Amino acid sequence: MNALAFADPTFESQAAFRRIMRAMSAPGTILACGEALTPPASLARAAAAALLTLADFETPLWIAPSFPQAVADYLAFHTGAPRAAASEQAAFALVDLSVDGLDLARFASGTAEYPDRSTTIVAQASSLEVASRLRLGGPGIKGEATLAVSPLPKSFVAQWAANRAGFPLGVDLIFVADDRLAALPRSTAIVEGAR
Amino acid sequence: MSVVANRAGETAARRRAMALVARARRAELAAIEERWPNHGARDLKPVESGLVMLRGRIGGDGAPFNLGEATVTRAVVELATGERGFAHILGRDAKTARLAAIVDALWQREADDVETTILTPIAERLAAEAAQTRAETAATRVDFFTLVRGEDAA
Repeated sequence: MNALAFADPTFESQAAFRRIMRAMSAPGTILACGEALTPPASLARAAAAALLTLADFETPLWIAPSFPQAVADYLAFHTGAPRAAASEQAAFALVDLSVDGLDLARFASGTAEYPDRSTTIVAQASSLEVASRLRLGGPGIKGEATLAVSPLPKSFVAQWAANRAGFPLGVDLIFVADDRLAALPRSTAIVEGAR
Repeated sequence: MSVVANRAGETAARRRAMALVARARRAELAAIEERWPNHGARDLKPVESGLVMLRGRIGGDGAPFNLGEATVTRAVVELATGERGFAHILGRDAKTARLAAIVDALWQREADDVETTILTPIAERLAAEAAQTRAETAATRVDFFTLVRGEDAA
């Protein structure tokens, strides 16, 4: 009836945390995550792993309305995270790129005193590849990294530039596709959005 | 109104049942394995031990303070029939915590049966222990009374 989370919460969430940190510190790197999980359908395994690892009772979670109630129940039961009333108040957000699109301005970018009080968005994509769709540069990237996320709204490159312009404020992104994960922290610049 | 009252009554009854199993000994809970051998409980979350901060206050109107941490073990199970049981017990005994959670789940299905098989013996033991403590304390009681009061001396 109810899907299970990590079988060994301590070690599996530490392993997932390690991979998320690696993905954040080397933007563009695609890592496997959450292979052993069986979350409800329509929630990617890597998305489940990221939220089960990061979210807890102190982090309001915003779930895009396109996700079924089963996903919200699953995350609430296993993480204890409260539902954020509005996306601007969320510490973590879950969106499905193919249904919800992505509007970075809807989420919290932190305050000058507390830039960390921003939203980390877990964006579920249908595919995630190392390909020259987005060319990334910045801390953690030697030279240049490439990442192809699909689907991605046409305005994404402009939205990301606006997000980056407010540094140190801004949102952080974790892209997931099935059991793979890549991160785009606010420090990363998109050197060139191909097309 | 009556629905609200009913729900409040159910909450109070469940709270009482959970409070009793939280203080149960493993032997007292093990009776469920004989009475309900086919409960088919599975763990929804692995049984885990952790710490909770105990809050204290001196007197009814004292300011709350952190007294210290206590080890607590949590279990969450689901029966084959869908009821979910939760238990938190003091200490690190995972088996007892799991049994306590199963009792909580069974209580939601067969409250009366669980009441007579499991809960009543626990309640009786706790009452006997409390009575004994009271009796031991009462034996040390000292009554002060006044033999002569100042104003009578005239």
